[in-house]
Amino acid sequence: MTRTIRFGVAVVLAATLSFLTGAYAQPKDSLTIGLTLEPPHLDPTAGAAAAIDEVVYANVFEGLTRIDENGAVQPQLAESWTVSYDGRVYTFTLKDGVLFHDGTSFDAHDVVFALDRARAEESVNAQKPLFAAIDRVEAVDLRTVRIFLSRPEGRLLFNLGWGDAVMVAPESANNNKVTPIGTGPYKFDRWVRGSHVRLIAVADDRPLQRVTFRFLPDPSAQVAALRAGDIDAVANLQAPEALIALRSDPNFEVAVGSTEGETILAINNARPPLNDVRVRRAIAHAIDRQTIIDGAMFGFGTPIGTHFAPHHPAYLDLRSASHYDVAKARGLLAEAGQPDLKLTLKLPPPTYARRGGEIVAAQLKEIGIEAEIIPLEWGQWLEQVFRGKNYDLTIVSHTEPLDIGIYGRDGYYFNYDSPDFRALMQRLNDTSDSSARNRILGESQRLIAADAVNAYMFQLAKLGVWRKGLTGMWQNAPVQANDVTGVRWK
Amino acid sequence: MIRTADITCLRRHLGLLVGAVLTGLVILAALVSLFWTPHAFDAVSISQRLQGPSGTHWFGTDHFGRDIASRLMIGARNSIMVGVVAVGIGLVAGVALGLLAAARGGWVDDLVARGADIVFAFPAVVSAILITAVFGPGAVNAIIAIGIFNVPVFARVARGAARQVWNQEYARSGLAIGKSSAAITRDHVLPNIAPVLIVQATIQFAVAILAEAALAYLGLGTQPPSPSWGRMLFDAQTFMALDPKLAILPGLAIFLAVLGLNLLGDGLRDTLDPRLRTERMG
Repeated sequence: MTRTIRFGVAVVLAATLSFLTGAYAQPKDSLTIGLTLEPPHLDPTAGAAAAIDEVVYANVFEGLTRIDENGAVQPQLAESWTVSYDGRVYTFTLKDGVLFHDGTSFDAHDVVFALDRARAEESVNAQKPLFAAIDRVEAVDLRTVRIFLSRPEGRLLFNLGWGDAVMVAPESANNNKVTPIGTGPYKFDRWVRGSHVRLIAVADDRPLQRVTFRFLPDPSAQVAALRAGDIDAVANLQAPEALIALRSDPNFEVAVGSTEGETILAINNARPPLNDVRVRRAIAHAIDRQTIIDGAMFGFGTPIGTHFAPHHPAYLDLRSASHYDVAKARGLLAEAGQPDLKLTLKLPPPTYARRGGEIVAAQLKEIGIEAEIIPLEWGQWLEQVFRGKNYDLTIVSHTEPLDIGIYGRDGYYFNYDSPDFRALMQRLNDTSDSSARNRILGESQRLIAADAVNAYMFQLAKLGVWRKGLTGMWQNAPVQANDVTGVRWK
Repeated sequence: MIRTADITCLRRHLGLLVGAVLTGLVILAALVSLFWTPHAFDAVSISQRLQGPSGTHWFGTDHFGRDIASRLMIGARNSIMVGVVAVGIGLVAGVALGLLAAARGGWVDDLVARGADIVFAFPAVVSAILITAVFGPGAVNAIIAIGIFNVPVFARVARGAARQVWNQEYARSGLAIGKSSAAITRDHVLPNIAPVLIVQATIQFAVAILAEAALAYLGLGTQPPSPSWGRMLFDAQTFMALDPKLAILPGLAIFLAVLGLNLLGDGLRDTLDPRLRTERMG
């Protein structure tokens, strides 16, 4: 009896030891990345959820162009292109011998299909404005595609690099939500809902043969999983305080990068008394940006004074237009006849919103505004705030690149209605010269800052952390993606 | 020379005493917080965050630089309020149902007993999550949710104890001389089952504090910036590596309050429960 037990213990010990040593002896060819949100489905051309692109962008699906770690446009399925003199005709030469994961070949007809599908009347593409300038798409031969524009569009190549513009095949496009079929170096293997999505390499010689995206909504669970070795990386850690502890841990590498996320205190411009620009300016002056960055994000983040990413060449530093000034804010409120104001502050789940919201509420209290905090789940937030426009104040990060155009959209949830701004956007659309475009973008930034449409807080940082020895992970997030095509273990 | 009986007696009273002191401390903190806290509980000061205990901040500060002592005091008030109201709801509705069932018997009794069984079958926190999920998170809904869970608990206890009283000759003879069952319930049943109810109320109070902490931890109870012990625990979890006191202090507060109430409940049962009293005499 005791011998059996002893033997059992020995076997278990031996197994544990061999497992431990085995794990280190072989060069690792798999990667597990922790993500906060699980995608609703896996078709990037049929949904706005960032979580879709975070799994499939560049890994499973590819576009004519791609956006690299630094936000620059690179060739992808199109190996080269020429632009006509008037900027209205783009001719793309496609890569040869590209196959979809189901074995069908990729050619010019697929490009016509994918782009026509994305911009069709009945298309469910979340970013249809990307294709607004396209008049028609023509296959010249199997490897040549021509895109005709109705007006010059300076950003066409960038737009074609978005996840929403990836190439899909007519044979498989309708099933991409559950079984995505793309042209990327990784193909979809399986999706265990509530747990993980696994991709496997198409080619045998890829340094990473298996890439798993595990969904862990809770930041403390992410850190625990990292430390336990269940995951190798967290692309964007939601708990900045945990990063501080991990930074001193020799087993991990920490990379603080930039994102396209303008984090703002959004104001419902249609709702009295917030339709009074003085009240909105008062709110903007009540916000101490650095305190919010320090308090909510442990110092990670760059203060902004307008809805624009600081790393973009057209960015203007307009913080002084809404500098922190309690006395001025109180004066503006008194002038507007609103000395005791009660507002709701609806907060979606991310740390920047929940934690930032508590600080914002405390700062608004300083100027006599009582902000009632209402925490919401994402679904509720989209329903009540984003679609229903039933809110006074909310905090959210707008993570699409170069998205100032939302201020000119009809019925957007800010309820900002400015003919001047729309005229600027019209001019921007008609301009292809980049320095002229940057000037117009500058004017637009000034206008929304002067109108205090929202209180602009900070540019969200990307807090990446991964096991030492992993190279090629993106430090910045110019698009919502976890491009693992350049990742390997040293 | 100390006799064994004395030690038993002392031990019994020691539990009661410790329980009373701990519970008293929590109540005192809650009462004082009505008039005074060392600092404003929601005064954010980022430059002062995550400080250790000091003369200005007795228990240090949290991740927003808010005074933890003040927040614990308001948290105590919050817990006690939830406990009082939730136990009150359960006590009034549950005892009324239990007494009715015991007095009437028959199908009324069956209905109450089976109804209580059904509600009781749902774990407290699960039913509370259900209610707050349907009616929205917030302190008031949390109180109602916990209160509803208390109704079958008190209904069961009251019914069981009341049926025992109804089996006694003095209660039956009341009926025989033409007293109404309501009058007998008032004059004989209620006074006789009161000690059992008091003990149960003390224990349910502890359960209510735990349930409130659990709901607040899940984001379904008291909403920020109002402090709640459970909420403080939730906020602390990502700071465990950086500053463990953020989790230890509210955890300790919940532990001590629940321990105090349980000791108090046990001690009261030992002193008040007639069954135990007779055993001791015998």
